[in-house]
Amino acid sequence: MRSPKLLRHAWAVASKDLLVEFRSRTAILSAAVFVVLVLVVFNFGRDPTAISNVDLAPSILWVTFTFAAILALNRAFQLELENQALDGLLLAPIERSSIYLGKLIANLVFVAGVELIGLPLFALFFNVPVLPYLLPLIALIALATVGFVAVGTLFSAMTVRTRFAELLLPVLLLPFMIPPLSWAVLATGRLFAGRPLSEIAGWLNMLAVYDIVFVTLALLLFPATVNE
Amino acid sequence: MKMLRVGRWITAVGLVLLAGVYVRALAFTSIEQSQGLAQKIFYLHVPAAIWAEMAMILVGLSSVFYLFTKDPRLDRFAASSAEVGTIFCAIVLTTGPVWGKPIWGTWWTWDARLTFTLFLFLLYVGYLLLRSAVPDPAMRAQYAAVLGICGMCEVPFIHLSVYMFPTLHPMPIVLQPGRPKLPGDMLTTWLLSLGVFTLLYVGFVVQRYALSYLREQLEAVGEVGGGHA
Repeated sequence: MRSPKLLRHAWAVASKDLLVEFRSRTAILSAAVFVVLVLVVFNFGRDPTAISNVDLAPSILWVTFTFAAILALNRAFQLELENQALDGLLLAPIERSSIYLGKLIANLVFVAGVELIGLPLFALFFNVPVLPYLLPLIALIALATVGFVAVGTLFSAMTVRTRFAELLLPVLLLPFMIPPLSWAVLATGRLFAGRPLSEIAGWLNMLAVYDIVFVTLALLLFPATVNE
Repeated sequence: MKMLRVGRWITAVGLVLLAGVYVRALAFTSIEQSQGLAQKIFYLHVPAAIWAEMAMILVGLSSVFYLFTKDPRLDRFAASSAEVGTIFCAIVLTTGPVWGKPIWGTWWTWDARLTFTLFLFLLYVGYLLLRSAVPDPAMRAQYAAVLGICGMCEVPFIHLSVYMFPTLHPMPIVLQPGRPKLPGDMLTTWLLSLGVFTLLYVGFVVQRYALSYLREQLEAVGEVGGGHA
């Protein structure tokens, strides 16, 4: 009966984080405002008469999500630094991997929330009709997000206890985000161009493999990042 | 220290042989028909690229064993290999554009291979930055090992991506299924160069390993501020 226990403990950690977030709502609100601002910056960062919306749309979407995810990830273990909460968490009679899993779930919910706010705004601001490809787009976003949030959660457990934590996390994480991000951008471009779904199946598979490899790896490696 | 001297000797022999490889490549190896003299850089570029990537794999493998054994020697080796890998990556990233300018007409293109070599370089830089940001040696070794393993696991994804993107970069000509498609004398030169680069990698790593050992000894007696700066 090991795995149900693992999941139950993970859920306990995740719901604690989400409850803290839900009570204050500062982080999600700042992240939402941040997403709006990045979208606005993109609007001013291009010449609309030279580049059509649909050509730039996949990049806008994914750069926005990348920045928002990094912002969210920085916060994940920051919570635990106050009053040595991390020590308390580590002393709890639960497996280390369930702590990671819990943090991963909480981060995923958080990033998904930000993406949920960002996607309609993106469609609105850049006049991209996302509704016809909503389901494959959501699958794509979910697969890509799981991949980089999994790596990001692992890395933020390390960077939070170093100097320059806010700077070090993106520096370490971006090289790992680029492969899933580049597949996601290419697949999104195909979707917006109205190409058949079979053309993006390969990228979805790659993203799924990336997710499986890095979630497994992070579960195995996480205990090494919190051992004293 | 004996190890440092051995490392210096290996490096010195490697550098002399490197000059020898260049004499052979420039004067005694046939000139490639379509690319002309620009192709000569291949003897430097490809062995450096192979070792830049091998170094990352070795960082990853020693990190795996470090997490099991907690042997500081493995951590020291991983740090040395990462630093040498960074240098080799820099060689690849500088020789590439030198070849690209006459052949492609541009110093840099966002081609899959170039881009991912750049990522490998950034991966190394991130690894070294993480090491420098953690003052406690035990914690530094643990964190570096975690990042090293992740880095190693990313290399196959980098490779997969290479074949999914349209590319201008020449496809592998030596390390490919079946027989190498390289003419005999070019292959000999290339293999000699690969041997020399292997020697240089070993020489650099041995020196770097000895230096970090000496540094740790000094830190232990409180002579230098070391990683606490």
